Amino acid sequence: MPEALLVSIYVFVLALFVGVEVITKVPQILHTPLMSGSNAISGITIVGALLIAGRVESPLSVVLGVFAVVQAMINVVGGFLVTDRMLQMFKKKQDGGPA
Amino acid sequence: MIVELSYLIAASLFILGLRRLSSPATARSGNLLGAAGMLLAVLATLVHQDILSYSWILVGIFLGSAAGAVLARTVKMTAMPQMVGILNGFGGGASTLVAASEYLRTPTGRPVDVSVSIALSVLIGAVTFSGSMVAAGKLQELITGRAVTYPLQKTGNALLFLGILALGGYLLGSSFHPGWLTLLTVLCLLLGVLLVIPIGGADMPVVISLLNSYSGLAGATTGFVLHNNALIISGALVGASGIILTRIMCKAMNRSLANVIFGAFGARPVAVAGATADGRVARDITVEDAAVLLGYARSVIVVPGYGMAVSQAQHNVRELADLLEARGVDVKYAIHPVAGRMPGHMNVLLAEANVPYPKLYEMERVNPEFERTDVALVIGANDVVNPAARSNPASPIYGMPILDVDRARSVVVMKRSMNPGFAGIDNELFYQDNTRMLFGDARDSLGKLAVALKAM
Repeated sequence: MPEALLVSIYVFVLALFVGVEVITKVPQILHTPLMSGSNAISGITIVGALLIAGRVESPLSVVLGVFAVVQAMINVVGGFLVTDRMLQMFKKKQDGGPA
Repeated sequence: MIVELSYLIAASLFILGLRRLSSPATARSGNLLGAAGMLLAVLATLVHQDILSYSWILVGIFLGSAAGAVLARTVKMTAMPQMVGILNGFGGGASTLVAASEYLRTPTGRPVDVSVSIALSVLIGAVTFSGSMVAAGKLQELITGRAVTYPLQKTGNALLFLGILALGGYLLGSSFHPGWLTLLTVLCLLLGVLLVIPIGGADMPVVISLLNSYSGLAGATTGFVLHNNALIISGALVGASGIILTRIMCKAMNRSLANVIFGAFGARPVAVAGATADGRVARDITVEDAAVLLGYARSVIVVPGYGMAVSQAQHNVRELADLLEARGVDVKYAIHPVAGRMPGHMNVLLAEANVPYPKLYEMERVNPEFERTDVALVIGANDVVNPAARSNPASPIYGMPILDVDRARSVVVMKRSMNPGFAGIDNELFYQDNTRMLFGDARDSLGKLAVALKAM
Protein backbone atom coordinates (compact mmCIF):
# COMPACT_ATOMS: atom_id res chain seq x y z
CA MET A 1 0.00 0.00 0.00
CA PRO A 2 1.44 3.40 -0.95
CA GLU A 3 2.36 5.47 2.06
CA ALA A 4 0.36 8.50 0.91
CA LEU A 5 -2.79 6.38 0.75
CA LEU A 6 -2.13 4.99 4.22
CA VAL A 7 -1.82 8.49 5.63
CA SER A 8 -5.05 9.49 3.89
CA ILE A 9 -6.85 6.53 5.44
CA TYR A 10 -5.48 7.48 8.87
CA VAL A 11 -6.77 11.02 8.41
CA PHE A 12 -10.17 9.76 7.27
CA VAL A 13 -10.67 7.36 10.17
CA LEU A 14 -9.51 9.84 12.81
CA ALA A 15 -11.75 12.53 11.33
CA LEU A 16 -14.70 10.11 11.50
CA PHE A 17 -14.08 9.70 15.23
CA VAL A 18 -13.85 13.46 15.73
CA GLY A 19 -17.08 13.82 13.76
CA VAL A 20 -18.92 11.30 15.92
CA GLU A 21 -17.65 12.97 19.12
CA VAL A 22 -18.67 16.45 18.01
CA ILE A 23 -21.99 15.61 16.37
CA THR A 24 -23.40 13.50 19.20
CA LYS A 25 -23.34 16.68 21.31
CA VAL A 26 -25.68 18.53 18.96
CA PRO A 27 -29.16 18.69 20.54
CA GLN A 28 -32.23 17.48 18.71
CA ILE A 29 -33.66 20.97 18.28
CA LEU A 30 -30.68 21.91 16.08
CA HIS A 31 -30.77 18.85 13.85
CA THR A 32 -32.06 20.70 10.79
CA PRO A 33 -29.39 23.45 10.94
CA LEU A 34 -26.84 20.68 11.60
CA MET A 35 -27.84 18.99 8.34
CA SER A 36 -27.77 22.15 6.26
CA GLY A 37 -24.59 23.41 7.91
CA SER A 38 -22.69 20.14 7.62
CA ASN A 39 -23.97 19.96 4.09
CA ALA A 40 -22.37 23.30 3.34
CA ILE A 41 -19.12 21.89 4.74
CA SER A 42 -19.34 18.95 2.35
CA GLY A 43 -19.29 21.60 -0.36
CA ILE A 44 -15.52 21.60 0.25
CA THR A 45 -15.51 19.65 -3.01
CA ILE A 46 -15.34 23.19 -4.43
CA VAL A 47 -11.57 22.90 -3.92
CA GLY A 48 -11.37 20.02 -6.38
CA ALA A 49 -13.80 21.69 -8.73
CA LEU A 50 -11.72 24.89 -8.85
CA LEU A 51 -8.56 22.96 -9.66
CA ILE A 52 -10.24 21.16 -12.53
CA ALA A 53 -11.89 24.24 -13.98
CA GLY A 54 -8.68 26.26 -13.70
CA ARG A 55 -6.26 23.84 -15.32
CA VAL A 56 -7.74 24.39 -18.78
CA GLU A 57 -6.55 21.09 -20.24
CA SER A 58 -9.34 20.49 -22.70
CA PRO A 59 -12.69 22.10 -23.49
CA LEU A 60 -14.39 19.09 -21.91
CA SER A 61 -12.46 19.43 -18.65
CA VAL A 62 -13.37 23.12 -18.48
CA VAL A 63 -17.07 22.33 -19.03
CA LEU A 64 -17.06 19.60 -16.38
CA GLY A 65 -15.06 21.82 -14.05
CA VAL A 66 -17.38 24.81 -14.39
CA PHE A 67 -20.43 22.62 -13.80
CA ALA A 68 -18.72 21.22 -10.72
CA VAL A 69 -17.89 24.75 -9.49
CA VAL A 70 -21.51 25.86 -9.96
CA GLN A 71 -22.91 22.87 -8.07
CA ALA A 72 -20.38 23.10 -5.26
CA MET A 73 -20.95 26.85 -4.89
CA ILE A 74 -24.73 26.38 -4.65
CA ASN A 75 -23.97 23.82 -1.97
CA VAL A 76 -21.59 26.12 -0.07
CA VAL A 77 -23.34 29.48 -0.36
CA GLY A 78 -26.88 28.10 -0.13
CA GLY A 79 -25.94 25.86 2.78
CA PHE A 80 -24.21 28.45 4.97
CA LEU A 81 -26.77 31.18 4.25
CA VAL A 82 -29.83 29.06 4.91
CA THR A 83 -28.25 27.71 8.08
CA ASP A 84 -27.59 31.24 9.26
CA ARG A 85 -31.18 32.19 8.44
CA MET A 86 -32.45 29.34 10.56
CA LEU A 87 -30.09 29.82 13.46
CA GLN A 88 -30.88 33.48 13.90
CA MET A 89 -34.48 32.42 14.60
CA PHE A 90 -33.59 30.33 17.63
CA LYS A 91 -34.07 32.62 20.59
CA LYS A 92 -34.17 32.01 24.28
CA LYS A 93 -36.86 34.57 25.03
CA GLN A 94 -39.73 35.97 23.09
CA ASP A 95 -38.65 39.33 21.78
CA GLY A 96 -41.75 40.39 19.88
CA GLY A 97 -39.77 40.53 16.65
CA PRO A 98 -41.24 39.69 13.28
CA ALA A 99 -43.38 36.61 13.64
CA MET B 1 3.01 24.65 1.78
CA ILE B 2 0.93 27.75 2.57
CA VAL B 3 -1.94 26.25 0.62
CA GLU B 4 -1.69 23.02 2.62
CA LEU B 5 -1.60 24.90 5.91
CA SER B 6 -4.64 26.90 4.88
CA TYR B 7 -6.51 23.64 4.29
CA LEU B 8 -5.53 22.47 7.76
CA ILE B 9 -6.84 25.70 9.29
CA ALA B 10 -10.04 25.39 7.26
CA ALA B 11 -10.61 21.83 8.48
CA SER B 12 -9.99 22.93 12.08
CA LEU B 13 -12.49 25.75 11.67
CA PHE B 14 -15.08 23.23 10.45
CA ILE B 15 -14.58 21.12 13.57
CA LEU B 16 -14.72 24.13 15.90
CA GLY B 17 -17.80 25.38 14.08
CA LEU B 18 -19.62 22.07 14.41
CA ARG B 19 -18.74 21.99 18.10
CA ARG B 20 -20.48 25.31 18.59
CA LEU B 21 -23.67 23.71 17.27
CA SER B 22 -24.01 22.00 20.65
CA SER B 23 -26.09 24.93 21.91
CA PRO B 24 -28.55 27.26 20.18
CA ALA B 25 -26.79 30.19 21.88
CA THR B 26 -23.46 29.57 20.13
CA ALA B 27 -24.69 27.83 16.99
CA ARG B 28 -24.83 30.90 14.78
CA SER B 29 -21.21 31.80 15.46
CA GLY B 30 -20.31 28.18 14.75
CA ASN B 31 -21.86 28.39 11.32
CA LEU B 32 -19.90 31.57 10.67
CA LEU B 33 -16.66 29.81 11.65
CA GLY B 34 -17.46 27.10 9.14
CA ALA B 35 -18.14 29.67 6.44
CA ALA B 36 -14.84 31.41 7.25
CA GLY B 37 -13.05 28.08 6.91
CA MET B 38 -14.65 27.54 3.52
CA LEU B 39 -13.68 31.01 2.34
CA LEU B 40 -10.11 30.36 3.40
CA ALA B 41 -10.03 27.03 1.55
CA VAL B 42 -11.40 28.63 -1.62
CA LEU B 43 -8.95 31.54 -1.51
CA ALA B 44 -6.01 29.21 -0.88
CA THR B 45 -7.03 27.09 -3.85
CA LEU B 46 -7.35 30.11 -6.12
CA VAL B 47 -3.68 31.01 -5.59
CA HIS B 48 -2.68 27.40 -6.36
CA GLN B 49 -0.02 27.21 -9.05
CA ASP B 50 -2.01 24.73 -11.14
CA ILE B 51 -4.71 27.25 -11.84
CA LEU B 52 -3.98 28.91 -15.15
CA SER B 53 -7.18 30.65 -16.07
CA TYR B 54 -9.66 32.43 -13.87
CA SER B 55 -12.30 33.52 -16.36
CA TRP B 56 -14.38 30.33 -16.31
CA ILE B 57 -13.85 29.84 -12.60
CA LEU B 58 -15.27 33.26 -11.88
CA VAL B 59 -18.27 32.54 -14.10
CA GLY B 60 -18.90 29.33 -12.19
CA ILE B 61 -18.42 30.95 -8.79
CA PHE B 62 -20.75 33.78 -9.69
CA LEU B 63 -23.51 31.55 -11.07
CA GLY B 64 -23.33 29.08 -8.18
CA SER B 65 -23.20 31.76 -5.50
CA ALA B 66 -26.11 33.67 -7.00
CA ALA B 67 -28.26 30.56 -7.31
CA GLY B 68 -27.34 29.43 -3.79
CA ALA B 69 -28.04 32.84 -2.29
CA VAL B 70 -31.42 33.17 -4.00
CA LEU B 71 -32.41 29.67 -2.89
CA ALA B 72 -31.31 30.31 0.69
CA ARG B 73 -33.07 33.65 0.96
CA THR B 74 -36.36 32.72 -0.64
CA VAL B 75 -37.01 29.16 0.52
CA LYS B 76 -39.89 28.81 2.96
CA MET B 77 -39.09 27.23 6.30
CA THR B 78 -41.75 24.60 5.61
CA ALA B 79 -39.82 23.64 2.46
CA MET B 80 -36.54 23.13 4.32
CA PRO B 81 -36.49 19.32 3.82
CA GLN B 82 -36.55 19.79 0.03
CA MET B 83 -33.89 22.48 0.29
CA VAL B 84 -31.54 20.24 2.24
CA GLY B 85 -32.25 17.45 -0.22
CA ILE B 86 -31.31 19.63 -3.18
CA LEU B 87 -28.15 20.88 -1.47
CA ASN B 88 -27.12 17.30 -0.70
CA GLY B 89 -27.67 16.46 -4.35
CA PHE B 90 -25.46 19.26 -5.65
CA GLY B 91 -22.67 18.20 -3.29
CA GLY B 92 -22.85 14.70 -4.73
CA GLY B 93 -23.03 16.01 -8.28
CA ALA B 94 -19.92 18.12 -7.83
CA SER B 95 -17.99 15.10 -6.50
CA THR B 96 -19.01 13.00 -9.50
CA LEU B 97 -17.88 15.67 -11.95
CA VAL B 98 -14.54 16.18 -10.21
CA ALA B 99 -13.85 12.44 -10.18
CA ALA B 100 -14.85 12.06 -13.83
CA SER B 101 -12.56 14.92 -14.83
CA GLU B 102 -9.66 13.33 -12.99
CA TYR B 103 -10.30 10.14 -14.93
CA LEU B 104 -10.24 12.01 -18.24
CA ARG B 105 -7.12 13.92 -17.24
CA THR B 106 -5.06 10.81 -16.50
CA PRO B 107 -5.47 8.40 -19.43
CA THR B 108 -2.35 6.46 -18.42
CA GLY B 109 -0.21 5.83 -15.39
CA ARG B 110 -2.96 6.33 -12.85
CA PRO B 111 -2.20 4.53 -9.55
CA VAL B 112 -4.68 1.82 -8.57
CA ASP B 113 -5.81 3.57 -5.39
CA VAL B 114 -6.72 6.69 -7.35
CA SER B 115 -8.70 4.58 -9.82
CA VAL B 116 -10.62 2.93 -7.00
CA SER B 117 -11.31 6.33 -5.44
CA ILE B 118 -12.56 7.68 -8.76
CA ALA B 119 -14.97 4.78 -9.19
CA LEU B 120 -16.25 5.14 -5.62
CA SER B 121 -16.56 8.88 -5.97
CA VAL B 122 -18.61 8.52 -9.17
CA LEU B 123 -20.79 5.85 -7.58
CA ILE B 124 -21.54 7.64 -4.30
CA GLY B 125 -21.73 11.08 -5.87
CA ALA B 126 -24.12 10.08 -8.65
CA VAL B 127 -26.38 8.07 -6.33
CA THR B 128 -26.46 11.05 -3.95
CA PHE B 129 -27.31 13.43 -6.78
CA SER B 130 -30.20 11.54 -8.36
CA GLY B 131 -31.46 10.11 -5.06
CA SER B 132 -31.57 13.58 -3.49
CA MET B 133 -33.38 15.06 -6.46
CA VAL B 134 -36.02 12.31 -6.31
CA ALA B 135 -36.37 12.81 -2.55
CA ALA B 136 -36.77 16.56 -3.04
CA GLY B 137 -39.33 15.91 -5.79
CA LYS B 138 -41.31 13.68 -3.44
CA LEU B 139 -41.18 16.25 -0.65
CA GLN B 140 -42.28 19.02 -3.01
CA GLU B 141 -45.00 16.61 -4.23
CA LEU B 142 -43.82 16.89 -7.81
CA ILE B 143 -43.86 13.10 -7.72
CA THR B 144 -45.99 10.89 -5.51
CA GLY B 145 -44.99 10.79 -1.87
CA ARG B 146 -46.20 7.23 -1.61
CA ALA B 147 -43.83 4.32 -1.88
CA VAL B 148 -43.62 3.24 -5.54
CA THR B 149 -43.29 -0.51 -5.84
CA TYR B 150 -43.33 -2.99 -8.70
CA PRO B 151 -42.57 -6.68 -9.08
CA LEU B 152 -38.95 -7.83 -8.79
CA GLN B 153 -37.95 -4.35 -7.59
CA LYS B 154 -35.30 -5.51 -5.14
CA THR B 155 -33.95 -8.13 -7.54
CA GLY B 156 -33.69 -5.51 -10.27
CA ASN B 157 -31.89 -3.07 -8.00
CA ALA B 158 -29.52 -5.76 -6.77
CA LEU B 159 -28.68 -6.74 -10.36
CA LEU B 160 -28.13 -3.10 -11.27
CA PHE B 161 -25.80 -2.68 -8.31
CA LEU B 162 -23.84 -5.81 -9.25
CA GLY B 163 -23.64 -4.54 -12.82
CA ILE B 164 -22.24 -1.23 -11.55
CA LEU B 165 -19.64 -3.04 -9.45
CA ALA B 166 -18.63 -5.21 -12.40
CA LEU B 167 -18.36 -2.25 -14.74
CA GLY B 168 -16.42 -0.28 -12.13
CA GLY B 169 -14.02 -3.19 -11.67
CA TYR B 170 -13.58 -3.55 -15.41
CA LEU B 171 -12.79 0.16 -15.72
CA LEU B 172 -10.12 -0.17 -13.03
CA GLY B 173 -8.40 -3.07 -14.69
CA SER B 174 -8.55 -1.91 -18.27
CA SER B 175 -7.06 0.97 -20.17
CA PHE B 176 -8.74 4.30 -20.88
CA HIS B 177 -12.48 4.11 -21.76
CA PRO B 178 -14.34 7.43 -21.39
CA GLY B 179 -17.47 5.84 -22.93
CA TRP B 180 -17.62 3.21 -20.21
CA LEU B 181 -17.18 5.84 -17.54
CA THR B 182 -20.17 7.71 -18.96
CA LEU B 183 -22.21 4.50 -18.90
CA LEU B 184 -21.12 3.88 -15.31
CA THR B 185 -22.26 7.36 -14.31
CA VAL B 186 -25.64 6.91 -16.01
CA LEU B 187 -26.18 3.55 -14.30
CA CYS B 188 -25.29 5.07 -10.91
CA LEU B 189 -27.75 7.92 -11.50
CA LEU B 190 -30.41 5.33 -12.33
CA LEU B 191 -29.59 3.40 -9.16
CA GLY B 192 -30.08 6.55 -7.07
CA VAL B 193 -33.56 7.06 -8.53
CA LEU B 194 -34.59 3.43 -8.09
CA LEU B 195 -33.33 3.29 -4.51
CA VAL B 196 -35.41 6.28 -3.38
CA ILE B 197 -38.73 5.80 -5.21
CA PRO B 198 -39.84 2.84 -3.06
CA ILE B 199 -39.46 4.92 0.11
CA GLY B 200 -42.58 6.66 1.38
CA GLY B 201 -42.88 10.26 2.56
CA ALA B 202 -42.99 9.53 6.29
CA ASP B 203 -39.63 7.79 6.02
CA MET B 204 -38.04 10.86 4.45
CA PRO B 205 -36.24 11.94 7.67
CA VAL B 206 -34.16 8.77 7.37
CA VAL B 207 -33.55 9.17 3.65
CA ILE B 208 -32.51 12.81 3.92
CA SER B 209 -30.12 11.95 6.76
CA LEU B 210 -28.66 9.07 4.81
CA LEU B 211 -28.17 11.18 1.68
CA ASN B 212 -26.55 13.82 3.88
CA SER B 213 -24.08 11.17 4.98
CA TYR B 214 -23.49 10.09 1.35
CA SER B 215 -22.78 13.66 0.28
CA GLY B 216 -20.04 13.74 2.91
CA LEU B 217 -18.62 10.38 1.89
CA ALA B 218 -18.65 11.47 -1.76
CA GLY B 219 -16.55 14.48 -0.74
CA ALA B 220 -14.16 12.25 1.19
CA THR B 221 -13.65 9.87 -1.75
CA THR B 222 -12.96 12.90 -3.95
CA GLY B 223 -10.34 13.79 -1.36
CA PHE B 224 -8.74 10.38 -1.92
CA VAL B 225 -8.78 11.04 -5.67
CA LEU B 226 -7.02 14.38 -5.29
CA HIS B 227 -4.89 13.45 -2.26
CA ASN B 228 -6.43 16.40 -0.45
CA ASN B 229 -6.77 16.10 3.33
CA ALA B 230 -9.18 19.02 3.66
CA LEU B 231 -11.70 17.12 1.57
CA ILE B 232 -11.07 13.89 3.44
CA ILE B 233 -11.54 15.47 6.87
CA SER B 234 -14.60 17.50 5.91
CA GLY B 235 -16.16 14.56 4.12
CA ALA B 236 -15.59 12.32 7.13
CA LEU B 237 -17.18 14.89 9.46
CA VAL B 238 -20.29 15.19 7.32
CA GLY B 239 -20.40 11.44 6.75
CA ALA B 240 -20.33 10.88 10.51
CA SER B 241 -23.00 13.50 11.06
CA GLY B 242 -25.34 11.90 8.53
CA ILE B 243 -24.80 8.43 9.95
CA ILE B 244 -25.57 9.60 13.49
CA LEU B 245 -28.76 11.37 12.38
CA THR B 246 -29.78 8.30 10.38
CA ARG B 247 -29.36 6.12 13.47
CA ILE B 248 -31.34 8.53 15.65
CA MET B 249 -34.17 8.60 13.10
CA CYS B 250 -34.27 4.81 12.76
CA LYS B 251 -34.32 4.40 16.53
CA ALA B 252 -37.15 6.93 16.82
CA MET B 253 -39.18 4.79 14.42
CA ASN B 254 -38.05 1.50 15.94
CA ARG B 255 -37.03 0.24 12.52
CA SER B 256 -33.79 -0.94 11.04
CA LEU B 257 -32.16 1.03 8.26
CA ALA B 258 -32.68 -1.96 5.93
CA ASN B 259 -36.40 -1.94 6.76
CA VAL B 260 -36.69 1.75 5.94
CA ILE B 261 -34.82 1.45 2.67
CA PHE B 262 -36.30 -1.81 1.43
CA GLY B 263 -39.52 -2.08 3.43
CA ALA B 264 -41.64 0.17 1.12
CA PHE B 265 -43.53 1.36 4.19
CA GLY B 266 -46.70 3.21 3.27
CA ALA B 267 -47.12 1.70 -0.20
CA ARG B 268 -50.76 0.99 0.64
CA PRO B 269 -52.91 1.26 3.74
CA VAL B 270 -52.49 -1.65 6.11
CA ALA B 271 -55.56 -3.22 7.64
CA VAL B 272 -54.90 -3.89 11.29
CA ALA B 273 -57.12 -6.42 13.00
CA GLY B 274 -58.88 -5.19 16.09
CA ALA B 275 -58.24 -1.51 15.62
CA THR B 276 -61.12 -0.49 13.36
CA ALA B 277 -63.57 -3.35 13.26
CA ASP B 278 -65.45 -2.68 16.47
CA GLY B 279 -67.34 0.35 15.17
CA ARG B 280 -66.08 2.88 17.68
CA VAL B 281 -66.83 6.49 16.97
CA ALA B 282 -64.52 9.42 17.45
CA ARG B 283 -66.22 12.36 19.15
CA ASP B 284 -65.73 15.80 17.74
CA ILE B 285 -65.71 19.11 19.54
CA THR B 286 -66.73 22.62 18.52
CA VAL B 287 -64.23 25.45 18.38
CA GLU B 288 -65.99 27.19 21.29
CA ASP B 289 -65.85 24.11 23.53
CA ALA B 290 -62.21 23.56 22.65
CA ALA B 291 -61.45 27.19 23.51
CA VAL B 292 -63.09 26.75 26.92
CA LEU B 293 -61.18 23.52 27.52
CA LEU B 294 -57.87 25.19 26.66
CA GLY B 295 -58.59 28.55 28.24
CA TYR B 296 -59.43 27.12 31.66
CA ALA B 297 -56.60 24.59 31.71
CA ARG B 298 -53.59 25.03 33.93
CA SER B 299 -51.20 23.30 31.60
CA VAL B 300 -51.25 22.57 27.88
CA ILE B 301 -48.76 20.61 25.81
CA VAL B 302 -48.80 21.31 22.08
CA VAL B 303 -47.81 18.36 19.89
CA PRO B 304 -47.05 19.51 16.33
CA GLY B 305 -46.72 17.17 13.37
CA TYR B 306 -46.38 17.27 9.61
CA GLY B 307 -49.94 18.63 9.36
CA MET B 308 -48.76 21.86 11.00
CA ALA B 309 -46.07 22.22 8.33
CA VAL B 310 -48.50 21.45 5.50
CA SER B 311 -50.96 24.15 6.54
CA GLN B 312 -48.11 26.53 7.53
CA ALA B 313 -49.79 26.95 10.89
CA GLN B 314 -46.70 27.61 13.05
CA HIS B 315 -47.42 31.32 13.48
CA ASN B 316 -51.01 30.60 14.46
CA VAL B 317 -49.80 28.04 16.99
CA ARG B 318 -47.59 30.69 18.57
CA GLU B 319 -50.45 33.18 18.58
CA LEU B 320 -52.71 30.70 20.36
CA ALA B 321 -49.99 29.90 22.87
CA ASP B 322 -49.51 33.63 23.57
CA LEU B 323 -53.21 34.00 24.32
CA LEU B 324 -53.15 30.98 26.61
CA GLU B 325 -50.07 32.18 28.43
CA ALA B 326 -51.67 35.59 28.91
CA ARG B 327 -54.42 33.72 30.74
CA GLY B 328 -51.84 32.03 32.97
CA VAL B 329 -51.79 28.68 31.21
CA ASP B 330 -48.46 26.88 31.18
CA VAL B 331 -47.66 25.97 27.55
CA LYS B 332 -45.00 23.52 26.41
CA TYR B 333 -44.23 21.96 23.04
CA ALA B 334 -43.52 18.25 22.67
CA ILE B 335 -41.34 17.37 19.68
CA HIS B 336 -41.07 13.81 18.45
CA PRO B 337 -37.73 13.12 16.72
CA VAL B 338 -39.41 12.06 13.46
CA ALA B 339 -42.26 14.58 13.46
CA GLY B 340 -42.23 16.22 10.04
CA ARG B 341 -40.10 15.28 7.10
CA MET B 342 -36.56 15.79 8.36
CA PRO B 343 -34.66 15.77 11.66
CA GLY B 344 -35.49 18.91 13.62
CA HIS B 345 -38.19 20.04 11.15
CA MET B 346 -40.72 21.10 13.84
CA ASN B 347 -38.10 22.98 15.87
CA VAL B 348 -37.17 25.16 12.91
CA LEU B 349 -40.79 25.98 12.13
CA LEU B 350 -41.57 26.93 15.73
CA ALA B 351 -38.37 28.95 15.97
CA GLU B 352 -39.49 30.80 12.83
CA ALA B 353 -42.74 31.60 14.64
CA ASN B 354 -40.67 33.07 17.45
CA VAL B 355 -41.33 30.33 20.00
CA PRO B 356 -38.47 30.47 22.54
CA TYR B 357 -36.44 27.26 22.31
CA PRO B 358 -36.49 26.45 26.06
CA LYS B 359 -40.20 25.66 25.55
CA LEU B 360 -39.46 22.94 23.00
CA TYR B 361 -39.23 19.61 24.79
CA GLU B 362 -37.69 16.41 23.48
CA MET B 363 -39.68 13.20 23.81
CA GLU B 364 -37.87 11.67 26.78
CA ARG B 365 -38.11 14.88 28.75
CA VAL B 366 -41.77 15.60 28.09
CA ASN B 367 -43.32 12.13 28.30
CA PRO B 368 -43.49 12.05 32.13
CA GLU B 369 -45.27 15.42 31.99
CA PHE B 370 -48.35 14.28 30.10
CA GLU B 371 -50.12 12.64 33.04
CA ARG B 372 -49.83 15.93 34.93
CA THR B 373 -51.12 17.93 31.98
CA ASP B 374 -54.69 19.16 31.53
CA VAL B 375 -54.85 19.31 27.75
CA ALA B 376 -52.64 17.84 25.05
CA LEU B 377 -53.26 19.69 21.78
CA VAL B 378 -52.25 17.52 18.83
CA ILE B 379 -51.82 19.52 15.61
CA GLY B 380 -51.49 17.38 12.52
CA ALA B 381 -49.53 14.61 14.18
CA ASN B 382 -50.73 11.05 13.96
CA ASP B 383 -48.47 8.03 14.02
CA VAL B 384 -46.12 9.57 16.60
CA VAL B 385 -49.01 9.76 19.12
CA ASN B 386 -50.66 6.40 18.36
CA PRO B 387 -50.86 4.34 21.57
CA ALA B 388 -50.99 1.18 19.44
CA ALA B 389 -47.21 1.55 19.28
CA ARG B 390 -47.18 0.67 23.01
CA SER B 391 -50.08 -1.73 23.26
CA ASN B 392 -50.86 -3.53 20.01
CA PRO B 393 -48.19 -6.03 18.92
CA ALA B 394 -50.07 -6.51 15.63
CA SER B 395 -49.60 -2.89 14.66
CA PRO B 396 -46.91 -2.07 12.08
CA ILE B 397 -45.64 0.68 14.35
CA TYR B 398 -45.57 -1.50 17.49
CA GLY B 399 -42.46 -0.71 19.54
CA MET B 400 -41.93 2.75 18.09
CA PRO B 401 -41.31 5.27 20.87
CA ILE B 402 -44.27 7.69 20.96
CA LEU B 403 -45.35 10.79 22.79
CA ASP B 404 -47.66 9.62 25.61
CA VAL B 405 -50.36 12.09 24.66
CA ASP B 406 -53.14 9.66 25.65
CA ARG B 407 -52.13 10.03 29.31
CA ALA B 408 -53.07 13.70 29.46
CA ARG B 409 -56.37 14.50 31.22
CA SER B 410 -57.91 15.51 27.91
CA VAL B 411 -56.70 15.44 24.36
CA VAL B 412 -57.76 17.67 21.49
CA VAL B 413 -56.72 16.40 18.08
CA MET B 414 -56.74 18.88 15.19
CA LYS B 415 -57.00 16.99 11.96
CA ARG B 416 -58.37 17.49 8.48
CA SER B 417 -60.39 14.27 8.42
CA MET B 418 -60.48 10.79 9.90
CA ASN B 419 -58.12 9.54 7.18
CA PRO B 420 -55.43 7.38 8.71
CA GLY B 421 -51.91 8.77 8.93
CA PHE B 422 -49.04 8.07 6.63
CA ALA B 423 -48.44 4.53 7.82
CA GLY B 424 -52.10 3.89 6.96
CA ILE B 425 -52.88 2.80 10.50
CA ASP B 426 -55.99 3.70 12.43
CA ASN B 427 -55.19 5.67 15.57
CA GLU B 428 -56.66 4.37 18.83
CA LEU B 429 -56.06 7.75 20.42
CA PHE B 430 -58.99 9.19 18.47
CA TYR B 431 -61.47 6.81 20.11
CA GLN B 432 -60.41 7.35 23.69
CA ASP B 433 -62.92 8.72 26.20
CA ASN B 434 -60.74 11.75 26.92
CA THR B 435 -60.13 12.60 23.24
CA ARG B 436 -62.06 15.12 21.17
CA MET B 437 -61.52 15.75 17.47
CA LEU B 438 -61.42 19.27 16.04
CA PHE B 439 -61.81 18.76 12.30
CA GLY B 440 -60.60 21.24 9.71
CA ASP B 441 -57.46 22.82 8.33
CA ALA B 442 -55.05 23.43 11.22
CA ARG B 443 -54.39 27.07 10.43
CA ASP B 444 -58.08 27.79 10.01
CA SER B 445 -59.03 26.06 13.26
CA LEU B 446 -56.23 27.75 15.20
CA GLY B 447 -57.41 31.14 13.96
CA LYS B 448 -60.98 30.43 15.10
CA LEU B 449 -59.71 29.15 18.45
CA ALA B 450 -57.82 32.40 18.94
CA VAL B 451 -60.94 34.44 18.19
CA ALA B 452 -63.00 32.35 20.61
CA LEU B 453 -60.34 32.70 23.31
CA LYS B 454 -60.19 36.45 22.91
CA ALA B 455 -63.96 36.60 23.36
CA MET B 456 -63.79 34.69 26.64
